[in-house]
Amino acid sequence: MEKQWEEMTLEEKQESLFARWISPEGVKFVSPEAEKAYKERTTRFKNALQIKTKPDRVPVLLIPSFAPAYYSGLTPHDVMYNYDKITPAWKKFSLDFQPDSHGGCAVPSPGKFLDILDFKLYKWPGHGVSKDTTYQCIEGEYMRADEYDILINNPLYFFYYIWPSRVFGALEPIATLPHLSCVTEMYGVAFPFIPYGTPPIKAAYQALLEAGDEALKWIQVVGGFDVEMPALGFPAHQAGPTKAPFDVIGDTLRGTKGIMMDMYRQPDKLIEAMEILTPMFIQLGVDAAKNAGNPLIFMPLHKGADGFLSDDQYKKFYWPTLRKVIMGLVDEGCFPFIWAEGGYNSRLEVIRDLPKGKTAWLFDQTNMTKAKEALDGIACVAGNMPMDLLTVGTTQEAIDHTKRLIDTCGKNGGYIMANGAFFDEVRWENLRAIVDTVKEYGVYK
Amino acid sequence: MAEDLVKVLADLKEEEALKIVADRLGADEEPLKILEDARRAMEIVGKRFADGEYFIPDLVYSGEILKGINELVKPKLAGAGETKRVGKIVFGTVAGDIHDIGKNIVVFMLDVNGFEVYDLGVDVPAQAFVDKIKESGAPIVGLSGFLSLAFDSMKETVEAIKAAGLRDKVKIMIGGGQMSDEIKKYTGADAYGQDAMAGVALAAKWSGASE
Ligand code: B12
Repeated sequence: MEKQWEEMTLEEKQESLFARWISPEGVKFVSPEAEKAYKERTTRFKNALQIKTKPDRVPVLLIPSFAPAYYSGLTPHDVMYNYDKITPAWKKFSLDFQPDSHGGCAVPSPGKFLDILDFKLYKWPGHGVSKDTTYQCIEGEYMRADEYDILINNPLYFFYYIWPSRVFGALEPIATLPHLSCVTEMYGVAFPFIPYGTPPIKAAYQALLEAGDEALKWIQVVGGFDVEMPALGFPAHQAGPTKAPFDVIGDTLRGTKGIMMDMYRQPDKLIEAMEILTPMFIQLGVDAAKNAGNPLIFMPLHKGADGFLSDDQYKKFYWPTLRKVIMGLVDEGCFPFIWAEGGYNSRLEVIRDLPKGKTAWLFDQTNMTKAKEALDGIACVAGNMPMDLLTVGTTQEAIDHTKRLIDTCGKNGGYIMANGAFFDEVRWENLRAIVDTVKEYGVYK
Repeated sequence: MAEDLVKVLADLKEEEALKIVADRLGADEEPLKILEDARRAMEIVGKRFADGEYFIPDLVYSGEILKGINELVKPKLAGAGETKRVGKIVFGTVAGDIHDIGKNIVVFMLDVNGFEVYDLGVDVPAQAFVDKIKESGAPIVGLSGFLSLAFDSMKETVEAIKAAGLRDKVKIMIGGGQMSDEIKKYTGADAYGQDAMAGVALAAKWSGASE
């Protein structure tokens, strides 16, 4: 009889998730070739990731921002407001460039949904920034300095009521809603429901219902893509994302300035809050992996990069809860695919403190020779296809850089070619040359 | 007591710094003297940042403490005492890009190093740079950008400066997120600076050369 999940070792859990990824249930491959390509690609990734066996060649994955839209002559506004334009563009991108995987097509968030809820956290094309540029985040203290106790003692209340009332204009009134603990005896049952009869709360709920309809329309497109791409032979390189607790607070709750003040003015509260977030962000990844039948959990890292924090600050505030999230994922069979945005040169020593062959590190501007040296035998390394080469370099420069990366990082397997930063409009011939070079030059003999 | 303020502020001791300022104001000390001490402390903060001893949180925090000091001192301040400035710089995040964390750090460092910085903010159209250069006569321009979409905005800004006949009157530096020497060439700027210190070094070099 098959072992129950709870009885499995973490290795068995991981193997079981990889097995589901390599032989996905219910996928109707369009052709035997597509099925063969799918199996080869997933196996290639698995070997590179686990650093036990050399793959047949270096895998190559692309993580575009709005590049597929630009490539099809569309603006970000076009795809955010016409959902049926998303899939054709994203599909064309994969079919034309032929990377080894796809990353979904959720980059274009649904524009009308954002309009309905009056999203405050970002400016987006046609709404604060021009239609032909990407959306941009607005720094702010969406959680106030004196609200740590609420987050710590009552995180669900914080995320159900306070947080949405701050970042969605249409949901502002819901912060005043009473909770229903008083519903214990018949005579008081109706009291906490009175606000639901008032116009502001009614309007907020109306907006929620409409936003739900819009989200549903959008996911039918985006979700369809996730079914179609494996059938065409392209596995998904992530089941879903999660984040480092420091970034959750520093990016969008307290903002860069806010969290940096808290490091001085209320360090204990900050650390306590990150501890509270840790199991939530482990669960986020574990649920995604189990639902998708794919162990790869994507983790973009932000404010622990070179220059952001001193060594001591990194070790005190950033790494402990990041490591806990990573280990929590690993314990449940997930394979954290960690994207160290910016530079990570000063952190290489610290991140070596991880179990062997259980994580992958995608680097942006880190020195790859040093990264490979530091993580050799510990983790798969990936990335470093530079933005400037993609955008303004010559095709020959792009090819040379690709070969250099394969030489330095690819030696014994354990390397995945990937872009270092999200990309939008680039020199398409350079992108094509990079993928093609990996396929020729990256073969292991 | 002057040394105390310089030291505690440079060491980022907020409560102590504010207390010393309040005490000194209470003893009817000249407010400008207090501000001068604060300026010296901020110079030390800038130096420690340049030396890799301080990082972004420390800079941000020092700025916040300074704000608190200014608030205490301001009501007692009669006329504004201006410190001597070593050179003028027009600075901003280019069109289409709304990021300012990086820009603010560079502006802060230029400021504590004695430069007069005209900070135009974020999403700054090329023409606004041109206008400010004309108006201020600043010989140095700093362009910040965070996203790769800023590559083209920077290029357009440099071209607009050229079209206005100002290109040989100013030195232009770029920096931020995904910028590099390659991008410098693409935009037609004079230099790329990897961090705030590089920005200060360039400004110092250029203002020295232009005197
Ligand atoms: C934090 C962050 C975010 C946060 C931003 C909000 C917040 N509250 O902080 C969140 C998570 C919301 C976010 C969202 C997104 N992000 Co983001 N983000 C980052 C990250 C990790 C750090 C940026 C930062 O804060 N830098 C801090 C400052 C201090 O650095 P700086 O601006 O570079 O400035 C320093 C130097 O460059 C220099 N400098 C700056 N200006 C100048 C000027 C001169 C003249 C000189 C000399 C020097 C100089 O001095 C400064 C101090 O030393 C970067 C990756 C990275 N590590 O760079 C990605 C990054 C910028 N993001 C990126 C992207 C794509 C996005 C999204 C579009 C993702 C998405 N698909 O949803 C969104 C929206 C875009 C946006 N940022 O608004 C990409 C941009 C890629 C590109 N091709 O443009 C990056 C590079 C990540 C990546 N590796 O792909 N992001």
